Amino acid sequence: MASFNLNINGKSQQVEVDPSTPILWVLRDHLDLVGTKYGCGIAQCGSCTIHVNGMAVRSCQLPVSAVGNQEITTIEGLSENVDHPVQKAWLEHDVYQCGYCQAGQIMSATALLNSNPNPSDEEIEGSMNGNICRCGTYTRIKKAIKTAASNMENA
Amino acid sequence: MTRIKTSYNRRSFMKISAAASGGMLIGFSWLNGCVPATPDKKTGLAVPKEWFDINGYIKIGDTGVVTIYSPNPEIGQNVKTSMPMIVAEELDIPWENVIVEQAPLNTGFYQNQFAGGSLSIRLSWNALRMAGATGRRMLMEAAAKEWGLAVSDVDAKDGMIHENNGERSVSYGEIASKAVGIEIPEEVELKEIKDFRLIGTSKKNVDGKKILKGEPLFGLDFKREGMKIAMIQHPPAFGMTVKDFNVDEIKNMPGVTDAFIVDTTLPEPGMFDEKGFLQLIAIVGESTWPLMQAKKAIKANWETVDALEDSETHTKRLEKALESGKASEIRKDGNPDAAFKKAAKVIERTYSAPFIAHNTMEPMNFFAHVTENSAELIGPTQTPEAMEKSVSKLLDMPIENITVNMTRIGGGFGRRLYVNFGVEAAAISKRIGAPVKLIYTREDDMSQGTYRPTYRSRYKAGLDENNNLIAFSVKGAGLPESPVFPKRFPAGAVENYVAERIHGKTNVTTGAWRAPRSNFTAGAEQSFLDEVAELAGKDPIDFRLELFERAMNNPVGEEHDYEAERYAGVLKMVKEKSNWGEEKPGVYRGVAAYFCHSSYVAEVFDMIMVNGQPKIKKVWCAVDCGIVVNRDAAKNMVEGGVIDGIGHSMYSKLTFANGAASEMNFDRYQLIRHSQVPEEIEVFFVENEIAPTGLGEPGLPPAIGALANAMYKATGQRYYHQPFATERQVIG
Repeated sequence: MASFNLNINGKSQQVEVDPSTPILWVLRDHLDLVGTKYGCGIAQCGSCTIHVNGMAVRSCQLPVSAVGNQEITTIEGLSENVDHPVQKAWLEHDVYQCGYCQAGQIMSATALLNSNPNPSDEEIEGSMNGNICRCGTYTRIKKAIKTAASNMENA
Repeated sequence: MTRIKTSYNRRSFMKISAAASGGMLIGFSWLNGCVPATPDKKTGLAVPKEWFDINGYIKIGDTGVVTIYSPNPEIGQNVKTSMPMIVAEELDIPWENVIVEQAPLNTGFYQNQFAGGSLSIRLSWNALRMAGATGRRMLMEAAAKEWGLAVSDVDAKDGMIHENNGERSVSYGEIASKAVGIEIPEEVELKEIKDFRLIGTSKKNVDGKKILKGEPLFGLDFKREGMKIAMIQHPPAFGMTVKDFNVDEIKNMPGVTDAFIVDTTLPEPGMFDEKGFLQLIAIVGESTWPLMQAKKAIKANWETVDALEDSETHTKRLEKALESGKASEIRKDGNPDAAFKKAAKVIERTYSAPFIAHNTMEPMNFFAHVTENSAELIGPTQTPEAMEKSVSKLLDMPIENITVNMTRIGGGFGRRLYVNFGVEAAAISKRIGAPVKLIYTREDDMSQGTYRPTYRSRYKAGLDENNNLIAFSVKGAGLPESPVFPKRFPAGAVENYVAERIHGKTNVTTGAWRAPRSNFTAGAEQSFLDEVAELAGKDPIDFRLELFERAMNNPVGEEHDYEAERYAGVLKMVKEKSNWGEEKPGVYRGVAAYFCHSSYVAEVFDMIMVNGQPKIKKVWCAVDCGIVVNRDAAKNMVEGGVIDGIGHSMYSKLTFANGAASEMNFDRYQLIRHSQVPEEIEVFFVENEIAPTGLGEPGLPPAIGALANAMYKATGQRYYHQPFATERQVIG
């Protein structure tokens, strides 16, 4: 066990855990931030996607000991009032079915738009291919990403 | 208006009203720490100080906010929005004023609280309408009484009650307190279908914002003070059981508080109970990660108690079953043998599909707190009532002492009809004497499944010299169940018809997987009919329409279980919407139609070739599922069904070696991903006034046929064996 100071959603958090603990389980079990989901544990499904310094990262593969003072953003920290353009686009297209994978989808989509504000279909597919949606909401996700891109451009 | 007797439900309403006075339903909200749901700020309605329970489905706040309880499990089929919409329509309340809460399991009051067979809306349509209409009537009676009028002198609309011949009006919120105690009416008036103003529109998912905020909604998110976490390890193969394991070593690992073997054998197990792994190693601790480490450190003595099957054995077994297995002839019209003999052309084709896993994104999990006299279970289940029964058997405890409540569910697809994970959580909680949440890893989830059975079917058709279909036979084998539906199309449309079933054996545990049997049979049958149409030199839609004409005008045999007119209807609709028949250079088209869960769906796929690879450009869907409740969400369901059908027939398979699943996570088990889906899916609904039929499943089956038929046009190769991606030849 060791103590770690983490910067999560703009707040400083302290946890006492085994250094090998993936940040996914630190968030879920120790900080009650359960928006980040467990899906596969081997970085194949994308349900656990968070941002580390603005980049999309699979939190099931990131040990807490490797985080240091990097800025972590989870779905809970994306906006105060569900008003991030990506969240608004998801609402507009009523994307979700079961909803379980969507936090990961949104975090991947947000990271994509941060680095590429106007992605092509192929670029969207390339960035999003690591996020599985078992319900099959893929076509809506793509539409929502395009809506978000267009709203961000006009903002 | 339609007057209907409420007698069926009236007794139930009274029962729940009695229960509600004890506070059982009011303020029920377990996941958010009993914080009552609040109205959307946009409505301008204040948080009510007082709530009045009207009839167990409806609770009205003094400010006019209305809580509607959604009775069925929400697995992503969006019933948590559409079921309350039906209540709100008949109650006649602005949707903006409605808050939805998940109802608790209350067998005897709510009916059919399960998510399966695409039945939620279909079975509850009348009950939900009556619940709303009864509430509206009681509010009207209360207002009429206040004003000294007869109830026929008042009317209710949009959450307000008005005097017919006067100025007085009162809101539902203001009169709600007076409606409590009003006798439940013996008859209520339901709206005419044409007067619906909410049903048929598009309303956003009521949990949408919570999903987008990452709020705790799912079973895996559930937490209770003092709750332990548990994980299980099942034997590595079907046919094996656990003898013992390094229990002391595991117990001494950091973060592990207990470890033991748990037995979940039930007296008289039911259809939703575990049949494979009944003795499991359980590890308990305070948090998840240390348990995952402990699982890896397990050294167990597994005992082989049954055959260790592999995929090669399964294939051989199915082939042998089709060649020489004992078939039960389940339908025969005319004289198929004679007809095949005199046919000018005969075609015979064999189709197959592997075992597949459900792979809900949320792995199996459940919370259980078992004490000496009670058991409380909370989590994601499609069949809370079945779980309650199984836990009752496990604990030898009366059902009345057991509660099962439902979280939002991260995918069902049939997996959560089975209740083993709840039973296992209860067994672990009993053993440790503490509340516990059992969590499966993805590997546990994929390798302890209730898989879609593996199937193999042979189809044969005979055409006369004028290319009329005069003989048709289907013989289908499955491990462990045959996929053949004896009374479905083309039964009733062919003079000489035979359907035979062969059930094979396996110790791999199987069960319902989204659109059971249809998820294979539709693809096989619709690919075969495409080939028969080609042999007959006919357009595939015209060929099918000819058969439906026969079934409509001069049906063969005693009965068939589809309405030929509605079946033909969706084909005609998809033909028109997709401009079928129009030549589009570089676009390869396939069509299929299927009937299941009382609904009809026809689909056209447009495929193009990109760098030598087929890509689906567009999918058109025509759907007849009766009245559509929540239009855009209904489209979402069909879109998901199409993608699910493409994904599983194209990419997915679960294979076995020495009794063990070879694919245990998404590195080896392929699911469809973003780059593999159609660019566009357009969904059209047939408009009619038929009570709603299934929608969660019917979109999937025809997608497999339409996909295979479009791929044939694009590649020149027919596709018989799923997953098609491994069957596909390199095109160049």
